[in-house]
Amino acid sequence: MSAWFVEIFQVVFVVALAPGLVGLIRWIKARLQSRLGAPPGQPYRELGKLFHKEAVVSKNASWIFRFAPYAVSASTLAIAFLVPVLVVPRRLDMVGDLFVVVYLLLLGTFWLALAGLDPGSAFGGMGSSREVTVAALAEPTTATAIFSLALGAGSTNLGAIVAAALNDPWTVLTPGHLLAFAALFIVAIAETGRLPVDNPSTHLELTMIHEAMILEYSGRYLALLEWAAWLKLFVFLSLLANLFFPWGIATTLTPGALSWAIVTLLVKLALLAVVIAVMETRVAKLRLFRVPELLTASFVLALLAITSSFLLR
Amino acid sequence: MRLFSKILSVGIVTEPLDNGGEEVELARQVAAKTQKLLGRAVGIREVDAGSCNGCEIEITGLTSPIYDLERFGLCFVASPRHADMLLVTGPVTRNMEVPLRKTYEATPDPKLVVAVGDCAKTCGVFQGSYAVVGSVDAVIPVDVFVHGCPPEPSDILRGILAALDRLPPK
Amino acid sequence: MTLMGTLVTGAIVCYLAGALAALLGNDRWGRILGAWGAASGAAISLSLGMVALASGSVFSAVFDFPSLTGFALRIDGLSAPFLILTGLVGAASSVYGAGYSAAYTGVYSLRKLGALFNLLLLTLTLQVMADNALTFLLLWEAMSLVAYLLVLTEHREPATVRAANWYLAITHVGFAALLAMFFLLSAGDLSTAFDTLRANAPVPTQRNAIFILALLGFSAKAGLIPLHVWLPMAHPVAPSHVSALLSGVVIKMGVYGFCRIVLDLMSGGPAWWGGLALALGVASALFGVLYALMEHDLKRLLAYHSVENIGIIFIGIGAGLMFQSYGLMSLAALGFVAALYHTINHACFKGLLFLGAGSVLHATHTRNMEEMGGLIKKMPRTALMFLIGAASISALPPLNGFASEWLIFQTLLGGSHIPEPAVALMIPIAVALLALSGGLAMACFVKAFGITFLAIARSPAAEKAHEAPLSMQAGMGILGLACIGLGLTPFFVVPVLGRALAGLDRLAWETTVFSLTLPLNTPATFGSMSSPLLAAGLLILLGLIPLALWVIGANRRTRVGDTWGCGRIAQTPRMQYTATAFAEPLRRVFAELYRPTKDLSIDFHPESKYFVQSIEYQSEIHPWFEKLLYQPLIGIFHRIADRVRWIQAGWLGLYLTYMLVGLIALLVLAWWTP
Repeated sequence: MSAWFVEIFQVVFVVALAPGLVGLIRWIKARLQSRLGAPPGQPYRELGKLFHKEAVVSKNASWIFRFAPYAVSASTLAIAFLVPVLVVPRRLDMVGDLFVVVYLLLLGTFWLALAGLDPGSAFGGMGSSREVTVAALAEPTTATAIFSLALGAGSTNLGAIVAAALNDPWTVLTPGHLLAFAALFIVAIAETGRLPVDNPSTHLELTMIHEAMILEYSGRYLALLEWAAWLKLFVFLSLLANLFFPWGIATTLTPGALSWAIVTLLVKLALLAVVIAVMETRVAKLRLFRVPELLTASFVLALLAITSSFLLR
Repeated sequence: MRLFSKILSVGIVTEPLDNGGEEVELARQVAAKTQKLLGRAVGIREVDAGSCNGCEIEITGLTSPIYDLERFGLCFVASPRHADMLLVTGPVTRNMEVPLRKTYEATPDPKLVVAVGDCAKTCGVFQGSYAVVGSVDAVIPVDVFVHGCPPEPSDILRGILAALDRLPPK
Repeated sequence: MTLMGTLVTGAIVCYLAGALAALLGNDRWGRILGAWGAASGAAISLSLGMVALASGSVFSAVFDFPSLTGFALRIDGLSAPFLILTGLVGAASSVYGAGYSAAYTGVYSLRKLGALFNLLLLTLTLQVMADNALTFLLLWEAMSLVAYLLVLTEHREPATVRAANWYLAITHVGFAALLAMFFLLSAGDLSTAFDTLRANAPVPTQRNAIFILALLGFSAKAGLIPLHVWLPMAHPVAPSHVSALLSGVVIKMGVYGFCRIVLDLMSGGPAWWGGLALALGVASALFGVLYALMEHDLKRLLAYHSVENIGIIFIGIGAGLMFQSYGLMSLAALGFVAALYHTINHACFKGLLFLGAGSVLHATHTRNMEEMGGLIKKMPRTALMFLIGAASISALPPLNGFASEWLIFQTLLGGSHIPEPAVALMIPIAVALLALSGGLAMACFVKAFGITFLAIARSPAAEKAHEAPLSMQAGMGILGLACIGLGLTPFFVVPVLGRALAGLDRLAWETTVFSLTLPLNTPATFGSMSSPLLAAGLLILLGLIPLALWVIGANRRTRVGDTWGCGRIAQTPRMQYTATAFAEPLRRVFAELYRPTKDLSIDFHPESKYFVQSIEYQSEIHPWFEKLLYQPLIGIFHRIADRVRWIQAGWLGLYLTYMLVGLIALLVLAWWTP
């Protein structure tokens, strides 16, 4: 019983903290730009405001437009249920492995891209077209990185991969592992729409990817989509943190282990937030047609990761 | 690397809230008001209805590290669908009349309109021009006018504050 | 007579009765009765497949009528899945066809269409039962010819005739290869039962030749690269319910034949067989989806996706063959099961998509996506069905495309068990390219659904569109339900398919691995997935989110307004993203592969080149390597034809001489041979 309680708690924890992580990144970025910046809690306030505003829907839009926010947030929440955040082994490991997570991400992208096309605005179509392009081009890297992780753990189940890394801490330092981490990190950047692939704070429609699709949304729909996007970032980062650096994750359900898991996870995420903020300060957005080059580079990294695991086996 | 050493050496340049001065007092009020009225998160959509861009330069100043609009929870957004407040500048030209009205319609309720600059109220030097429809309030309901040609960033902040005042408390 | 014997007879009778009714009836009743015959025959085929799978028994019959000497039928585990998919798609498309073909009344012959449709289903049903080379080849040719005539339905369109000719040519190249293959396999006696062939393994050098010929022959039917050219030509021009059958079932006969010969009769071979099939599969998958992306003809787009999915099926089969050659039997079985599963799934969702495209064509009279748009409001049910098909083919959980693609991924991950590193390293590349084609398929179907059904109508025809009649909706509904059902029950389907394959030689099927529990574990616990739980979870979350919104007291007011376009005065359909624009980023990314032709011509004002009078821009994508491959072949053919043209002089006396000479030659031949 308590195991299931922990599963639920894990999701609530992720959902609750996701806006805070984005707020933290924004705050660090503001500091790096010599600004005071909004406090890290700002995203919560934005959500609160959006939930209390009315929604304006285009007269050209169909039910797809109204349904998409629910579909996107449901698929992202489902991912949150599948990803090990605090505890291994997972009760829900049998429901889905890493491939399921990847295809659930595609499910969200599918709906969001359709919703971008639905109102018939030029911006939405542009965003959809670019989003599916980036998502499709990121797929080979993701699959290859999964392959290399599965080689080490003998399974694509997330809990099993984390457990395998916990059992043998030195695998973390093998070149295969590190290369796969680098590859997946680039994919995470591309999938969650961060610089240099997409600029989350841009106001220029012509440079947008993710923002262009949600340009037409308002009120509760916008709140759901924003929250889902932040949740995706949080889940992606904790996935990266736990798959590659699983130290601290709880293996028993004692309160001590759990609170230690929470603390280590927060530290890992804070570190990743700093990395992202520093990187976003340092690099400029890539031209859209340079993005494939970045993704190809990540694919090569993933392929090298596999090769090295084969050779060092 | 040079970028980061510069960041370190410059430090935070945003004007702090607690060392007196009228503008700082104002800022604190904005903070309190936005907190109370819109959950301290206000999205602003800027509409240039035909201004000479003088006001825009001042509005851009609001986002600079010195004024740093974001610390009050105010931010500029990319679409009126995401906005709570329209910041309209300039006299409304014939070409911008319909777009301005459309922008107003596109903004979800509750929403506010702040007209920035003298032109927005009186049409300024453009008064009587064949290309000008009239002041902003001839096209959409305006909550607050901000005077000045162009108004200083602090004046604009004051206008935003006054507009937030008009919003019925939740 | 056994149950299965009754069912076989019943199916044949139903199809023949349907064909007869279509031929004899008037336009209305012939159409309806013909469809009923086809639908009930297909339903019987479906139940026949199910009975065969459930009972695990084998049906066999040898006909000894004077005219049918050597005609042998047999149903075993490998035939059953193909019977099921024939039945499913056949039933759905015949119900659909009852309404769809009404549009042909008075334009093209309904009698021919109805009768041929029944005959195609009959040959397809019998094809998978053929138990000797003679029966197989006869049915194969009959099926090909009936399909050819069906493609020719709209015979007054030049494009249709061209497409049908291509189909006929390629299918006969395949037939020639198959004929040679069977001669080698059966050592000249085509009426040898498959059972005897199974027992007498041919010598290795012959085995390789047989494999190559089988691959050539069956890939011509399946549409594997580079013999796929007829698919994107013939599938779009056929009536849509026939396209569904062509893409859903006919090309699967290539898969069936390949499995029958290579897996069953020859029980696998060296690793390079699998490697070749895998490489062709990967190439087809990637090529198919890349060209589908650039296609704006809705049905051509779907046809290219058939090339992609046949590629995915061959990836599964190829990987299975490779594992089999290394003795990794449970992995091999997994690969074959995944391929079979994907075969059935592809039949369902591609059938569904073709029927949906048919409804769109029926309503708008165009196949060009750039003239569609906003159809979701005019034809909501068709849109929903097309959406289900689009999500399935994009392998989105929890629908059926995802279940089988997940299995194929898991199979490929088993590649790490291959002892030779050089071979094992090929597998991750296959994984990556399969993932890429999966992602691109998703992009393509966002385009296909989004441009066709969403936003504003782009042409008056799309504005005046109407929902499809009830029979067409029912046809789509059957396949839509099948997509959902097959997606939710992999824990049931996979062991059943596994048992069906267990009869095949050397394939040790570990039933313990695929237990009938909800989650699906692949051998050696490589990964697990449970689509019913996943679907339930997604549904619960979909319900919980609005509930949560209600609990926190979110504002539920919705106002309907204009689309935001930076305040522009009016929105016209021309402001929307087009299909071309949607695919443009990917076209630029893969420009090296597409090699688009560009043609830009600017008309300047005579006074100054700073004033432009008109700009014309044309860019086209031709599959360049098809030209590279087929142009020389066609050239050689033309040259030979030129050389021998003098034979056909058009002079009656000469032809009479030919006949005389032929007769004498025959007589001499008869006299010489004992």
